[in-house]
Amino acid sequence: MNGAQVEFRGLRRTFGTTVALDGLDLTVAPGELIALLGPSGCGKTTALRCVAGFETPDQGAVLLDGEDITRVPANRRDAGMVFQSYSLFPNLNARDNVAFGMRVRKVPTARRHARAAELLELVGLPSHGDRYPHQLSGGQQQRVALARALALEPRVLLLDEPLSALDAKVRVTLREEIRRLQLSLGITTIFVTHDQEEALSVADHVAVLREGRLEQSGPPAEIYDRPATPFVAEFVGTMNHLPGRLSGDLVEVAGQRLPVHGDRPGTPEVDVLVRPETVLVTPGEDGDALIVTSSFRGASVRLLLRLGDGTEIVADLPGHDAARFALGGRANVRLVERPVLVAARTPAAAAEAVSA
Amino acid sequence: MAALTPAALPDVEPPARSGGRGRRGGIWRGVVLVVAALYFVTPLLASFVFTVNDPMTGFTLDAYGEIFTAEGFAQSLLLSLGLAVATIVLVLVLTLPAMLAVRLSAPRLRPVLEVLCTLPLVVPPITFVAGISTVLRWGPDYLAATPFYQTIISIQNPAFPVVLVIAYAVLALPFVYRALDAGLGAMDVRTLVEAARNCGASWPVVLLRVIVPNLKSGLASASFLTLALVLGEYTIARLLGFQPFSVWIVTISGANAPLSVAVSIFSLLLTWLLLLVLSTAGTRRSRS
Repeated sequence: MNGAQVEFRGLRRTFGTTVALDGLDLTVAPGELIALLGPSGCGKTTALRCVAGFETPDQGAVLLDGEDITRVPANRRDAGMVFQSYSLFPNLNARDNVAFGMRVRKVPTARRHARAAELLELVGLPSHGDRYPHQLSGGQQQRVALARALALEPRVLLLDEPLSALDAKVRVTLREEIRRLQLSLGITTIFVTHDQEEALSVADHVAVLREGRLEQSGPPAEIYDRPATPFVAEFVGTMNHLPGRLSGDLVEVAGQRLPVHGDRPGTPEVDVLVRPETVLVTPGEDGDALIVTSSFRGASVRLLLRLGDGTEIVADLPGHDAARFALGGRANVRLVERPVLVAARTPAAAAEAVSA
Repeated sequence: MAALTPAALPDVEPPARSGGRGRRGGIWRGVVLVVAALYFVTPLLASFVFTVNDPMTGFTLDAYGEIFTAEGFAQSLLLSLGLAVATIVLVLVLTLPAMLAVRLSAPRLRPVLEVLCTLPLVVPPITFVAGISTVLRWGPDYLAATPFYQTIISIQNPAFPVVLVIAYAVLALPFVYRALDAGLGAMDVRTLVEAARNCGASWPVVLLRVIVPNLKSGLASASFLTLALVLGEYTIARLLGFQPFSVWIVTISGANAPLSVAVSIFSLLLTWLLLLVLSTAGTRRSRS
């Protein structure tokens, strides 16, 4: 294990009147990949920059293996970083970019080049050492940047939305490769992203941030299946808000009675949060739901249905079923029998779920 | 094939269209070029003919030969070149770290820095030199008892007047600021600096290994603008009583008309040559 434990302790950082971090507490276990997920402005990048040493928190501390590094200058920290924008030095070729840190530390030339070649091989660019950044594609540049970040064998790897400038296909392959590398090196990795799919697919842990605070932290499946708060439910994946009525341990929604999971608000009138893929739709002329829109996505099809009482509900079905649901046709809607999350009634929420 | 056609079409069409425009544009371009060339070359050529054409003996290069034997030639030329080098170093050492600091940590001060650096353009050199000479005259009286007295004297050493370097650095600020600002604007300074810091580079290493190599063309143009300025500056040097090359040309040429013109042409060629050296050095290194 080369990974260190990273701990954010009561981190607070303000820029003028905006609060970027508002008492962030989070511990990253050695060797794990944690994704900091949140909308823009939630403080995830600021938190990462506090670990790298590019931001100094107003309050709180960053601990690396229990040692306070809050005041250590950026160039003496044990963390390699990959940036969102292309950050390779334009005057150096790929090999010299990777070797830059070793050159600064006065590692002998031969060893430097050997190590750079090894790292370029690791990121899948063994024959690109002589290329300059402008001769490399975006994905290749980020690979070289990854090799550069790993060159000094840091105990923490920081990834600041490294894939956001790349096209969809490269993004998926590169994120899988990052994960593979991270697992084989056992390096503690903090991955900042606003893309929930990216976070869910590669991370051991997902930490959802909101307005500078930790909203929920847990394994991806837990974040998706059992969001602790309506915000997490809303941000990670798509969520239906259906009007429901609490009665005892159950909630009445769309003509069904389902068990409730998590906190329940004081009032009996609630919003029930339902994932589109847990909505079961069967075509039928006598159905009480009207198919309003249908968008085909290849593997899946997303339907927007209007129930008898005017409630709108989004449903995801396998793509091959698309043909069975004609626009303007009728269908029966049922919800999967499993515990659901409820939240206080918000009149506007239903409309948001539809647009999402 | 069907898919290829639309992609191929725009490729074929524009050259045909721009070809027609290009021919007409080419004529105008030629006209402009000829007019500009006449405007610049005629006086130069006239001057050159004047220096080599002696009404008595015909063609002669005597005037050029005289330059090198004239008293004070080497001395004043070396002084000018020395002043230029010192000014370039001083002005770059002052502006580059300041501009970086403002870009990275105090972007709000950027307009302030810009105005400060542009001010020398607004202040006429004659006002500037009047101010300097007042200070230089005032200084010795008040500083007589302090160690600063020696400083005031030594910066006015005629062999290498540091006061001129300081004055020229101020005059060069607007040009240097523009050149470096354009260079820094062309790269993602913050990301490059942070990437270098992340690789363990101290601030001097960041500056010398990351910023300077990627700012070659900006630094080269800042340098040659400063060089041209220092080689041509007359007012301040003359009024403070020093004798760099430009002042020497005026001094030497009072009596001998062909010589004075020959010296002017010589200094023009010299400046061009230096600019050429600087600009090729800048571009070649930035490409490698």
